[in-house]
Amino acid sequence: MESFTPIASTIGGVMIGIAAAGLLMFHGRIAGISGIAGGIFRREPGDIAWRAMFLAGLFTAGVVWYYFRPLDYRFEIERSTLALVIAGLAVGIGTQLGSGCTSGHGVCGIGRLSKRSTVATITFMATAAVTVFVINEVLGGAV
Amino acid sequence: MKVKVGAFLGGGLFGVGLAVSGMTQPAKIVGFFDFFGSWDPSLAFVMLGALIVYTPVYRWAVRTWQHPIWAPSFTLPTRRDIDGRLVVGSAVFGIGWGLGGYCPGPAFTSVGAGSKEALTFGAAMLVGVGLYQLFMRAREGRTGGPADRQAAAMIDG
Repeated sequence: MESFTPIASTIGGVMIGIAAAGLLMFHGRIAGISGIAGGIFRREPGDIAWRAMFLAGLFTAGVVWYYFRPLDYRFEIERSTLALVIAGLAVGIGTQLGSGCTSGHGVCGIGRLSKRSTVATITFMATAAVTVFVINEVLGGAV
Repeated sequence: MKVKVGAFLGGGLFGVGLAVSGMTQPAKIVGFFDFFGSWDPSLAFVMLGALIVYTPVYRWAVRTWQHPIWAPSFTLPTRRDIDGRLVVGSAVFGIGWGLGGYCPGPAFTSVGAGSKEALTFGAAMLVGVGLYQLFMRAREGRTGGPADRQAAAMIDG
């Protein structure tokens, strides 16, 4: 399993915090990735371009950063294509139904001291932990 | 134009932050939740780092500014109630996160990095997001306009 990276993780977290704070200060918006993506499908005039550009920036960061540090994108867990498809569907539907993900609830929501986001964060952390427990301890680590 | 460039740069910084923090490595995500194996607490430091910056900036900007620098007003979540959708949706999201090892941000940026696993996960995720949004649109019979703007303000993040 991976080693503990408190310094890199804190630095990366600060960068995420600055990006989220920037979106709030300049555009007045919450930097929740699932909310930004979901809004594109609502097709409200004048509300699409900034969402598409934020996601394009996220995508481009991967293209560029991979060139310098490809190991930051290692997968290293045993998951079948079917498991990945089910997981993707669950994250897509779950974040829309629960109106937020790790960034929107976990960072911006808790940063706003929102009770809803705190409950959401505790909930998705708990079910993720139970899922990992079942996969690693009951199913032997591969699904 | 400046809003678009700003959003692109914001997304770019966010994406690099995800990679530096380790959020784009599913093994580290699974490691954070693996309390009975070799626990890796790194993810807690990601949230700590982000909150140290975001929390004071949020309080300062929203309480003391008339409006954001490039927008006429802040668009912020207004809901306060804990409802079934919030809890059930978050529970389903957590299951997917533990199963696939990606949450939405890392999935998007890892597709850019050329990860096949992220592409499979991300395509399914977009189908899920799209199906939900189209379903809600059809069910609520909305055609855009003020009602939609009100709905958008109810999204937490």
